[in-house]
Amino acid sequence: MDALFASIDLFFLAISAVKIVLLVFAVILPMVAYSVYAERRFSAIIQDRVGPNRTGIPLTLFGFKKDIQILGIGGLLQPMADGLKFILKEDFTPGHVNKFYYWLAPCLTMVPALLTCAVMPFGSELDLNWFGIAQPIKSVIADLNVGPLYMFAISSLGVYGIVLAGWSSNSKYPFLGGVRSSSQMISYEISLGLSIIPVLMIFGELNLSKMSAYQDANGWLLVPLWGDSAPWSNGWHFGRWLLWIPVCISFVIFTISMFAETNRTPFDLAECETELVAGYHTEYSSMKFALFFLGEYAAMIIGSGLAVTLFLGGWSIPFAPLLSKLTGLQFHFVPGATPLYTGLLHIATFFAKVFGCILFFIWVRWTLPRFRFDQLMALGWKVFFELALVNVILTAGILIWCPLK
Amino acid sequence: MSSPLFYIFAAITLLFGAMVIASKNPVTSALSLAVSFVGLAALFVSLDAYFIGTIQVLVYAGAVMVLFLFIIMLLDIKAAEKLKPNYAAVAAAVLLFVVLIMQVAAVLTGFEAGRKSTTDAQLRPQQALVAMGDKALPTIANDLKAGQLPDTKLMGLQLYHKYGFHLQMVGLLLLVGTVGVVVLSKKENSPKGGRE
Repeated sequence: MDALFASIDLFFLAISAVKIVLLVFAVILPMVAYSVYAERRFSAIIQDRVGPNRTGIPLTLFGFKKDIQILGIGGLLQPMADGLKFILKEDFTPGHVNKFYYWLAPCLTMVPALLTCAVMPFGSELDLNWFGIAQPIKSVIADLNVGPLYMFAISSLGVYGIVLAGWSSNSKYPFLGGVRSSSQMISYEISLGLSIIPVLMIFGELNLSKMSAYQDANGWLLVPLWGDSAPWSNGWHFGRWLLWIPVCISFVIFTISMFAETNRTPFDLAECETELVAGYHTEYSSMKFALFFLGEYAAMIIGSGLAVTLFLGGWSIPFAPLLSKLTGLQFHFVPGATPLYTGLLHIATFFAKVFGCILFFIWVRWTLPRFRFDQLMALGWKVFFELALVNVILTAGILIWCPLK
Repeated sequence: MSSPLFYIFAAITLLFGAMVIASKNPVTSALSLAVSFVGLAALFVSLDAYFIGTIQVLVYAGAVMVLFLFIIMLLDIKAAEKLKPNYAAVAAAVLLFVVLIMQVAAVLTGFEAGRKSTTDAQLRPQQALVAMGDKALPTIANDLKAGQLPDTKLMGLQLYHKYGFHLQMVGLLLLVGTVGVVVLSKKENSPKGGRE
């Protein structure tokens, strides 16, 4: 038993616990709450409305003339008001449901979405020498060598939540929603998985941190404008630019499949209200309904994070070499010798990129109409599946004729 | 992985495996099997086989079991719950179980590497690097230098170099299966204008 306790690295455990708590409770969950707010404000702008712009610190309750609006932006406390509303609402369980699975389903939607953030590299390294920690701390919870596969594996477990919600509700529309959603998610998992194979071939790695580091040094996969792949640098390489074609195809397939995987419009057939009332969560109320809602947004954030890590450079700062030259500060990542400010900037860059992706998700949702279900299936099986396969062969061909270094 | 985790995950795997046959509700059975797969994946991870562990979750728990659940949900569960156990089938299953256990035991007693404890069978990346010599691919050599086990890459190397032919045969088998399913599920004499 003593040998067992001696084998546990307490420092590592403590650091991991701090990272988990900070990432999940201080970053992802507030981000989920505020992407709901962003969605409401952004959709309001698109539809020429005002949106929720009044919730502030409620001083009028205490006899003051005006509520305080934080930062002067109206409604920044709306997520809290929403959360309070969801918790205080009556939690009604209909009599005809299968109680155990009815309770389990919302948890099974939320938990996988949060579990996947374990392998997400949200920054390079934090050099905490000032605080007496000699080794730089990696800004990733678990630096697994099977990063993207782990994410796909865990997020594929999220289907269970929706399927069980549909089935355990014991009612027609939720059931149809659950069946639709499971077939949709299984179909698009295939094109999602195949679409990133060219990317993995280019990196030759399955480790998300190494992918980000590679893109920091050699230019982003989708925007190879700096580092060695820049057209004006000495290491300019024709193959790197030829590879841009399959990378673009991959990115398009990946992004669209991600919409289908997260059940977002234009592919939200599982909860399409014109046909299925509210789909799989028709019978849910109060916080259980909110968990489905939050799970969808958490999946969206994680999906954006994966897209950013694979295609858009991860935590890498755009034009880092140019910025370094202009300011004399170090903006790129050097293993073991990255200053603290750069480490923090990398984290900020990553979340800024993720936020940009989320705005894109929202923009698409309020711009495009919904697909028909057979169109959705035809697109997944007859277009993306084949295209992704051809793309793999195309990438392999380019990599053979113009090998990277 | 230290031994308590092994026992926890082994217990999860076995417990939910037993639930698969013990529960009367087919949905519970299917979900228990999925949980059992996840426990098995954790055991693979404890053997440093991250790739197999992940694929176990991705393919079995994430795709195959969802398809099973999909089918089960469309069945009439109430009827299934009323079914009485078929005692002859139970007896045959117990017999099969005993034979299988004996077989596994016979194999395990003859398996010399199984006698090593995990403290003896540590990963030795440096030695592996030396043993591979110049033949190691750069990515594999880099991982071994960093003291990590490049399990995915080694597996890919084995599959596509040593067992390339076998892999293609398996692929062909799967293709035959797929074509067979398409032929079987296509309705003959479907009504005019009927959709597939």
